[in-house]
Amino acid sequence: MPRKKDTDDINIEMDADDSDSDDGGNNKRTNNRRQGAGRGGARGRGRGKKPASEEEDEDDEDESPRGRRGANKKKPVKKRGGRNVKDDDDSEDEAPKKGRKGAANKKKGGKAQDSDDDDSDAGKGKKGKRGGKKGGKDEESKGKKGDAKGKDKGKDNDNEKKKKKKKDDSSDSDSNTNSEEEESMSEGEMARLMEEVEEKKKLIATIRNKPWRMKRRLVHLKEAQEFVDKFEGALGKGKGRKWYAYKVMMKKKWIKFSRDFENFRTACIPWERKIKEVESHFGSSVASYFIFLRWMYGMNLVLFGFTFGLVVIPEVLMGLPYGSIPRKTVPRADQDTAQDYSVLMDFQGYCKYSIMFYGYYNNQRTIGLLKFRLPLSYLMVGIGTFGYSLMVVIRTMAKNADVGGGDGDEGEFTFAWKMFTSWDYLIGNSETADNKYASITTSFKESIVDEQENQKDENIHLRRFLRVLANLMILCSLGGSGYLIYFVVKRSQEFANRDDLSWYEKNELELIMSLLGLVCPPLFETIAELEDYHPRIALKWQLGRIFALFLGNLYTFLFALFDEVNTKLEEEGAIRNASLWAMKEYYANYTLFLNDSNLTPPPMPPADVIRGPCWETAVGIEFVKLTVSDIQVSYLTILIGDFARAVIVRFLNYCWCWDLEAGFPSYGEFDISGNVLGLVFNQGMIWMGAFYAPGLVGINVLRLLSSMYYQCWAVMATNVPHERVFKASKSNNFYMGLLLLILFLSLLPVVYTIMTLPPSFDCGPFSGKPKMFDVIMETIDLDLPAFLGTLFSYAANPGLIIPAVLLMVLAIYYLNSVSEAYQNANMELKKKMQMARDEEKNRRNNTDSTNQVMKDLEDLLPKGSLMAPPEPEKPPEPESRLTKTKPGSAGKGVNLEKDVALASPNPNARGPVNRSPGPRGAGPGQGPGRGQGPGPGRGQGPGRGPGPGRGQGPGRGQVPGRGQVPGGPGRGRGRGPPPR
Amino acid sequence: MGNKQTTFTDEQLEAFQDCTFFTRKEILRLHGRYRELAPHLVPLDFTNRPDIRVPPTLIVSMPELKENPFRDRIVETFSEDGLGNMSFNDFVDMFSAFCETSPRELKTIYAFKIYDFNRDSFICKEDLQKTLTKLTKGDLSPEEVSLVCDKSLEEADLDGDHKLSFSDFENMVSKAPDFLSNFHIRI
Repeated sequence: MPRKKDTDDINIEMDADDSDSDDGGNNKRTNNRRQGAGRGGARGRGRGKKPASEEEDEDDEDESPRGRRGANKKKPVKKRGGRNVKDDDDSEDEAPKKGRKGAANKKKGGKAQDSDDDDSDAGKGKKGKRGGKKGGKDEESKGKKGDAKGKDKGKDNDNEKKKKKKKDDSSDSDSNTNSEEEESMSEGEMARLMEEVEEKKKLIATIRNKPWRMKRRLVHLKEAQEFVDKFEGALGKGKGRKWYAYKVMMKKKWIKFSRDFENFRTACIPWERKIKEVESHFGSSVASYFIFLRWMYGMNLVLFGFTFGLVVIPEVLMGLPYGSIPRKTVPRADQDTAQDYSVLMDFQGYCKYSIMFYGYYNNQRTIGLLKFRLPLSYLMVGIGTFGYSLMVVIRTMAKNADVGGGDGDEGEFTFAWKMFTSWDYLIGNSETADNKYASITTSFKESIVDEQENQKDENIHLRRFLRVLANLMILCSLGGSGYLIYFVVKRSQEFANRDDLSWYEKNELELIMSLLGLVCPPLFETIAELEDYHPRIALKWQLGRIFALFLGNLYTFLFALFDEVNTKLEEEGAIRNASLWAMKEYYANYTLFLNDSNLTPPPMPPADVIRGPCWETAVGIEFVKLTVSDIQVSYLTILIGDFARAVIVRFLNYCWCWDLEAGFPSYGEFDISGNVLGLVFNQGMIWMGAFYAPGLVGINVLRLLSSMYYQCWAVMATNVPHERVFKASKSNNFYMGLLLLILFLSLLPVVYTIMTLPPSFDCGPFSGKPKMFDVIMETIDLDLPAFLGTLFSYAANPGLIIPAVLLMVLAIYYLNSVSEAYQNANMELKKKMQMARDEEKNRRNNTDSTNQVMKDLEDLLPKGSLMAPPEPEKPPEPESRLTKTKPGSAGKGVNLEKDVALASPNPNARGPVNRSPGPRGAGPGQGPGRGQGPGPGRGQGPGRGPGPGRGQGPGRGQVPGRGQVPGGPGRGRGRGPPPR
Repeated sequence: MGNKQTTFTDEQLEAFQDCTFFTRKEILRLHGRYRELAPHLVPLDFTNRPDIRVPPTLIVSMPELKENPFRDRIVETFSEDGLGNMSFNDFVDMFSAFCETSPRELKTIYAFKIYDFNRDSFICKEDLQKTLTKLTKGDLSPEEVSLVCDKSLEEADLDGDHKLSFSDFENMVSKAPDFLSNFHIRI
């Protein structure tokens, strides 16, 4: 055994030596090591309980700072065999620097080591310990290590225990004592070594994060690596290592994967570049419209997926084919014209009897092999559309509000961020770069406008009067348009009973409505000029007003539609009776003639069957027509209003008597409010109509998709940026709010019809049921276990519903008050932060104008009279404060400065004082800028060109405490006499 | 991989990988790009660490940099001599700092150096003005420039010395939402 141990020792020693020699040049590292050793020693001493251990600790300590020869001599005698001594000596000889001394130490001092070990364990936690143990094992290698290991584990804090164990050990085998001692020693050492290795490893891992030159990095890296290589070998490579390495690898892979995934996800967001391009030309407000459009597109895609996946496609695949039953067949009377273009464009004929509309769907409870419950699915999708939209809109609003929450913080650095973080270093294409330049300039201008808006203050009474006036006028015009619509609707009801109508009389309602839509928005805009709001706020007002106008139109339309539905319902009742009557007659005849009570349906081709008007399909057709005409109108408006105008302005300008581009028609601006509202209302149509015309969702997806490209093109090709470029408000919540309102408003009529009106008796998935929602009841009754049915009936009990509603109201109230409390807390915190910031500022430059009170106090000081003249000039001169101020030396500095300033236009006491003496060729150049300060002695600039650097030196020397005070006087003064 | 040309020894590659955020392949590609800039100057064989510097005019002409308004500053900042002559080490260093994986702290340090035009360890108003002129290609009027600079200083200058020290800068940039995504050059 002893032999084995020896070889181990020697190995280690050699390692140590090697590393020493490596370290040779590296002071830092040796220092570290020395420190480590010292620390360990000290700790050991503090803790050591046994005299023996104490002694050793002492040795340790002595050794580390000192030469350690004497200690060596002492120790080996005490504890070790001769061989060890020799080893130690060797090591010392070889390593006079004693960087590695620690290692040698360890080997020697058994007890000190234990305490060390404990320390390191406590400090470093399990890992270090494990490593140490493992290392120990490795080193001692082979033979009886198992024993030692077991002991290690038990050992830990208690020296006493240790002793005992040692005894056991020795009883086991003679030679064990020695080796065990050896082991423990090396273990502590190992721990320390481990620590260092870890440190080095950390350095290796993070070296790339150090802002060093590559050369330096390479050098450090090499050193660290060599060190690690040396000792890592000694520190074993057990299973744990592998596991650790594996973990590290997996972690890296995971990070990489998640990053890739993130990249992929962002790459999947469509039209990013298009929108960026628009943004760079037209500013963020126009871009916000396109972002909103994209968002709508995403939401509609999901709705489209639901509708087509769960309703349309199952019906197509598994339902009865066209022509099999009356509701899926064009009636005989219409068949001749069913394929005419004009009929199809009105969504009659084949269009009417297609999967696009409600009436086509059959009321079979289940269809196909899969027993797909189409009617149930239809209802669920109809309701789910609203549910999903509500959820998405509200979630987006909440998220935006979240972003908005950070707004206060954001306000802090608008300009600085723009300055330092707006350039995208990725740009490598000159065109993109130009765009980026444009967009950055634009955004700066936006911010400047905002800033100026903040600073503006003028005749507030006039402004208020004008605003009130404007609102009055707009209210009047809104009321007028409302009355006009009402009047027209009344008239159209009169017309409905007559047949001899002219074209105008037939289309009066639509005409008036679109005329209103065309005339009112520009009118509002003109009136809004009076108000003179910031464009962003003006946009909101404008949006709100047009919204009110459109809403009036929409609801007028809805009421007209309801009238129609009611007449259809009456008509349907009549037809139903008639058809029932016919059926009865048929059966009566049937049984009469054939004496057969088997009821076979009449052998009538489906095209000939009498059918009701199917009001649901009629409503669906109305909505589809409205949507399509809306698409046409908006596309034509763009084509004529923007494109044709742009072409005319562009090319007729050469032969016109005034400048078309700058003068009257000029190019169009992108109408944000109109487009946003168009989009919002269109979406409202979709929501209302989707239940009665499932195909509408598909049309809408196509529309959004095409308008994305079309409008992007149009805006880039034909529009000019707004005169006052302005930034979109940070969160699009205003748009979202409008959307939510519309969603709610369109939810109402649909839910009303679902809940109250009886479905048509011969078309649609709910035919034959008294109410549409009876499908759900049916499903509950037939498909779910009985107890669930009773459960539902309990749940539907008002006794339960009313408390639930109450509970919700209370919850809303509670959450509301909580959020208010949070808001208050937030405000409080913000205020505190602001105060802290101000305080910080004041503290650092307490002489500066930030703190008025302090300044006043200063003015009252005995020497205040002297200070007076320059003082007032300071505040309005922000540039003059470039000086670096030193806290604390204020008063004196001021005086000194003043003296110099007033007494002598000393050429040496020039401005540059306040600058750090940087290496700058720009010295003379920057002078003028700084020099504008209206200091007391202002000669004037030009002469100062030559060598400010020179002037600087003496100036600073002479007036010691000077930098701290407002550079104003100093600088101003400086520019007078040219230094030479 | 027919020709087994040794541009770097394995050790060198390892070292570069440890010191930068690049993989072995990327480093070789970087070398390719570096060599492309001055084929007559840069040898293929880097095993004996030749001391070669490529003048800034060539570096700046790289497509990654040529549109960047701060290209000259970038090159100067990363070159060891401060004039823009870049050794391969500097070159790798530059793209390592700009690469996607490098941490915010490192990027902040280099960004500060880049924007500090006069190298006085402070970003003062002149630096801001230069930055702004470069960013907007001089499209803003002098009053606007001055307003913007004052505003930026006011916002970011915490200690009231009217120039931005590194800590001011760091504080400001650490809150910026798109600093990381923008301060990034893909090679």
